[in-house]
Amino acid sequence: MTVLPKERVAAKGAKRRPRGKRPPALVALPAALVALAMVLPLLYLAIRASEAGLTEISEVVFDASSLEVLARSVLLAAVVTAVAVGIAVPLAWLTARTDLPGRRVWAVLAALPLVVPSYVGGLVLVSTLGPRGLLQGALAPLGVERLPSIYGLPGAALALSLFTYPYVFLTVRAALRGMDSSFEEAARSLGSGRWATFFRITLPQLRPAIVAGALLVALYALSDFGAVSLLHYDTFSAEIYIQYKSAFDRTPAAILALMLVVLVAAVLAVEHRTRGRANYGGRNSAVARPVPLGRWRLPALLFTGGVVSLALVLPVGILVYWLVRGLAAGETLESVWESAWNSVFVSGLAAGVAVLAALPVAVLAVRFPGRVSGFVERLSYVGFALPAIALALALVFFGSNYAPALYQTLALLVFAYVVHFLPQALGAIRAALLQARPSVEEAARSLGRGPLGVLATITVPLARNGLVAGAALVFLTTMKELPATLLLGPIEFDTLATEVWNATSGAFFARAAGPALLLILISAPPLYLLTIRDRVK
Amino acid sequence: MLKRSSIFVLMALSLALAGACGQEAPSGGQGSGGGETAGGETTGGTTGETTAAEPFRAEEGALVIYSGREEGLVGPLIEQFEEETGIDAQVRYGDTAELAATISEEGENSPADVFFAQDPGALGAIADAGALKELPQETLDRVPEAYRSPEGQWVGTSGRARVVAYNTEALQEDELPPSIFDFTDPEWSGRIGWAPTNASFQAFVTALRVSEGEDRAREWLEGIQANDPIVYPDNSTTLDAVASGEVEVGFINHYYLYRALAEQGEDFGARNYILQNGDPGALVLVAGAGILNTADNPEEAQRFVDYLLADQAQQFFADETFEYPMVEGIQTPRGSFRSAR
Repeated sequence: MTVLPKERVAAKGAKRRPRGKRPPALVALPAALVALAMVLPLLYLAIRASEAGLTEISEVVFDASSLEVLARSVLLAAVVTAVAVGIAVPLAWLTARTDLPGRRVWAVLAALPLVVPSYVGGLVLVSTLGPRGLLQGALAPLGVERLPSIYGLPGAALALSLFTYPYVFLTVRAALRGMDSSFEEAARSLGSGRWATFFRITLPQLRPAIVAGALLVALYALSDFGAVSLLHYDTFSAEIYIQYKSAFDRTPAAILALMLVVLVAAVLAVEHRTRGRANYGGRNSAVARPVPLGRWRLPALLFTGGVVSLALVLPVGILVYWLVRGLAAGETLESVWESAWNSVFVSGLAAGVAVLAALPVAVLAVRFPGRVSGFVERLSYVGFALPAIALALALVFFGSNYAPALYQTLALLVFAYVVHFLPQALGAIRAALLQARPSVEEAARSLGRGPLGVLATITVPLARNGLVAGAALVFLTTMKELPATLLLGPIEFDTLATEVWNATSGAFFARAAGPALLLILISAPPLYLLTIRDRVK
Repeated sequence: MLKRSSIFVLMALSLALAGACGQEAPSGGQGSGGGETAGGETTGGTTGETTAAEPFRAEEGALVIYSGREEGLVGPLIEQFEEETGIDAQVRYGDTAELAATISEEGENSPADVFFAQDPGALGAIADAGALKELPQETLDRVPEAYRSPEGQWVGTSGRARVVAYNTEALQEDELPPSIFDFTDPEWSGRIGWAPTNASFQAFVTALRVSEGEDRAREWLEGIQANDPIVYPDNSTTLDAVASGEVEVGFINHYYLYRALAEQGEDFGARNYILQNGDPGALVLVAGAGILNTADNPEEAQRFVDYLLADQAQQFFADETFEYPMVEGIQTPRGSFRSAR
């Protein structure tokens, strides 16, 4: 992992607090435990990779195609991140800060694509925009025999952007709601135009949230297998999956995965440089007045509607089509209520535990920045960036051999989810903590309140938008998680994601459509509650 | 795939879906199919069926099956096994290769008794690692020698044939060549779809190397590669691409077509072409099962493997999953296993 140069850490640290101040045990201890958990996947990969001789390792590392795959992976991550930010920031601003009609409903709809599993999203894109897909069918009367291929970078980037932009959307929206609007009002009253205010005042304040979301998008793009394989774009993760799936040899896969970890370290270093010395302490007590869109209302609606159509309406439409086609051909629907409940239950559990685990790490990173806290924070991203199968096998190895009592229980499954998805909660909480002024916490401390009291009565309420956004992100992604659920879940523990997988792996698309639609439907109410909270803030 | 359909009208139906999904389950094995204490006990009162005190743990004594074969295919069969033998079976479904890796990671501590795999490669991999025990001779003898492990550690349970799926608008069956090797001809350039990373394909290449020799196998692979085939992740996406006309032919397993026909009707745009005269393009690949050395329930495991090879289960594979039975004398709706070879 990259470690900050000492001078920069010192300079950052000195800004806010005297050097040498130590975090209370209440923060340091849980953070250390979380860090320990995060080391497990790395340890596993190191064990497996070390089974190879030096020659084999160098053969894999210096394989001519490795560099090419590396370049392709970086390119994909960069394009997906740029597109996702370009979609998400305007959407977040429109639904949080303007008088866009139906903005709360749009906010729910715009966040929902996150629950579309990437293999479903990939299938949908192929069946609509593929060379002979739905769109070609519609254009056929005009003599269009074949559409230009979407396979390769354009298709993979489109699929991943459409189903990951909610990472940026949710964190940025939370930041917008927690942001002090008095700066904007001051700028406006001093004669700054709306655009200038947005770019000079609002956007810089959103930087930590944008970067936090963008990091998740980039790492997701690096770790994804479902969409890239369906859209024929070969990345590092795809290579790793192929090693597991076709070679039955875990050693080369582990070496490749460790190479991916190095790449992730580089991404985290870039992130650290771009996140800026964000320190915008200060909260508004009043909700910012919505910006009237005026003549921009129609374009804004078209933009929002367009994104939601592509990322949500299209997949839902295709799923309904599969369902109806199957029913018409005599398929029967089977009950998936139990799986639905399992999904909601385990995702809720994962969201709660992830937020509890992320809070001390975020407090440590934001309030006690330094070499160690920076390391712990970045370490937690490894589990997210690894292909899920590598992470799942790591926990299979440790669970079955060192914690047999917990192996394939709900407890270990939730643990796996938390190791996998912690950064999602971490990024959102971190961004929210940056917005909260540390002086309030310090005042409470100086008035004699203990660390737990400060955490419970000051920090948590101040960061609540981030906590809720983080929980929502973990909840939604756990809903669709598959590899860990299949291998680490209690036996015969079905979730909606495993139901969808069960059906699609056998090409029973009609049977996949029901649970997939339900997955999207039951994710909507929790999101709606989030936006209701906005109003009563 | 999806053409000229008024999907936006159908959209309206999505709201009714939640209700529709709750319809009574047929006996076809969803959720916690196998028994009263199987899956979702902590469901906390949505159905009122909560019973067990210790939720989500494999029961003591239950036969644990790791199945790389899909629940939709073999779930009903496993339920029949439970009913007839009174043995409680618990199944972990997953990807065959991932389950093989899981068994290897678990080592001595694997909870699995039986590994029911989609392809012989995965069985061979864990057998090589010493995870499988030798099966009794009478079990092995049910199946021709070609379709079981030479060391007797696993046995084939059903077979599927490699076929060439072709687009019915672009091609007639009589325009297709007699051998899989003919597809290396440049006339097929840009018209082929395949799934080279798929386990079935890998097993096919292995069989090709064994039956035709390394050189012929490499020659074939390089010849197809020179024709710029389009790469798909698996059999079903390849078949869909053939049906929609994205490519004209695809190298897949035979039974995906029957599922597509069942779901989408007779106007589905692809059909199977089965190469004749013992061409390697029509090789039969087996799914199979083995018993783990570390099995806690070796007797029940043995009964399960024997059940899979009993006439009744073999008939099930022939009728329900459109596969070829491994045992002689089973009638198949689509021609006998022998003739397909």
